[in-house]
Amino acid sequence: MSDDLYDELILDHYESPYHRGQLELPSCTHTERNPLCGDRVQLQLQIDSEQRVQQAFFDGEGCAISQAAASILCEHIEGMTLKEIETFDAPAMLELLQVQLTAVRQRCGLLGFKALKTLVYSHDGASA
Amino acid sequence: MENIRNEFPILNRPLADGTPLVYLDSASSAQKPRVVIDAIRECYETYYANAHRGVYQFGVQVDEALEGARERIARMIGAEHPEEVIFTSGTTMSINLVAQAWGRSRLSPDDELLVNEMEHHANLVPWQQLAIQTGAVLRHIPLTDDGRLDLERLDECLTPRTRLVAVTGMSNVLGTINPIERLVEAAREVGALVLVDGAQSVPHAAIDVSDPQIDFLAFSGHKLYGPSGVGVLYGRREWLEQMEPFLCGGNMISEVSLTESSWAELPAKFEAGTLPVAQAIALGTAVDFVVGLGFDEIGRIERALLDEAQQRLADIPDLVVHGPEVADKGAIVSFSDERVHPHDMAELLKRKGVAVRAGHHCTMPLHSRLGVLATTRASFAPYNDSSEIDVLVDAIQYARTILRRG
Repeated sequence: MSDDLYDELILDHYESPYHRGQLELPSCTHTERNPLCGDRVQLQLQIDSEQRVQQAFFDGEGCAISQAAASILCEHIEGMTLKEIETFDAPAMLELLQVQLTAVRQRCGLLGFKALKTLVYSHDGASA
Repeated sequence: MENIRNEFPILNRPLADGTPLVYLDSASSAQKPRVVIDAIRECYETYYANAHRGVYQFGVQVDEALEGARERIARMIGAEHPEEVIFTSGTTMSINLVAQAWGRSRLSPDDELLVNEMEHHANLVPWQQLAIQTGAVLRHIPLTDDGRLDLERLDECLTPRTRLVAVTGMSNVLGTINPIERLVEAAREVGALVLVDGAQSVPHAAIDVSDPQIDFLAFSGHKLYGPSGVGVLYGRREWLEQMEPFLCGGNMISEVSLTESSWAELPAKFEAGTLPVAQAIALGTAVDFVVGLGFDEIGRIERALLDEAQQRLADIPDLVVHGPEVADKGAIVSFSDERVHPHDMAELLKRKGVAVRAGHHCTMPLHSRLGVLATTRASFAPYNDSSEIDVLVDAIQYARTILRRG
């Protein structure tokens, strides 16, 4: 865990995000906002017939932490089944970021994660 | 006062890592001079009691101190009668008090309320709520592109149906100082009352509620170098006397039977429950401090800081300073950097000891108008000095090197 918030991993993902943009035919889409600062992360998943995440894309605007975390999240969950994602929890998400976040900035780091959890629990299992 | 900064103990303590503190967030809450801290301690250590209840020595002393504070606050704002000064918990409560106690029983769907696009949520949401409750129509004065009220369009939105104009004395984001005199004149012509949100303006410039005559003035203690948890509503006596109570309970009654009650005289009618006694007394001390320093001197120091900060920030490429030219604003500089989000900016400035605020500053409609989600805000007080602007500018450059590598 780095105590430098703006560690290489965060900066790399902030500057060159993984899968930033929109899917043409997403299985599901959800947007989360942080009402305190206005940060926004939209998450789109393409889920196959085996309930596995084929592709994950994010879009949005906000600070380096919220945007980099969403990028890291997309990279991480591709290939995972919805079942596996169910056990993927917030501490595991924060662990992925490799930096120590204060309580206030954890909200930024977990914005995409919140969108993911909403998607997984509301997804009806039918693939698009 | 020779060295204002020395009067503020917190400003002379380095941060945990040894970095000197550069406090540029006084618009959020001002730091406290020693005299205010001492006034609170003195109250609790030597004469504390509840107010308006005890006949014993401390009870009498507290009442005298509290009413003394009320009188000094009244004098500072030019109120004719001390009982026109109501102690509240702060600006938010003061405005909610007027919205409910003045507006709720008076307004109908034929009436209009006039706000504007730059208001803090505390001077917007209570009026939205009042409009829902009464059916009154809430209208707003649009802003010019440089963040002033567009007075050329005032006639479109101020009509004979307008019952109240609620306006901030100074924008908490743009620093814009609003033309209260002009608005009061225009409001009088249509018979509307005027409420000024003085949370930002009262600490920075002298105000006289009798010239131009405003009907309500709301402000907070904590931005005026006083304690948090206490604020003021000034209201013209004739309006306060006609208004229904806001909060009901102890202290605000005259007679109570099991089925009905009558109300106490002003100001008690609007001071239900136990007041923040020590805080209100210390707010009186804060007023003495500010008046002693003098609004001319405060204005002179802040004007110099503002001129320099605005100029130096505007000189940074790809950095936009929001709001009007310095002639039309108070000591607040809010800015956007093309590639450094305000949250990241504030976080990186923190490393250099600089305390600023990032976010929408409780003005979401204004940020929509500016076309940004959030801004970074540096705000100044007489305890700041020019060397702190150097630190700010260096820290902004540092943040850009971290987040603008490519």
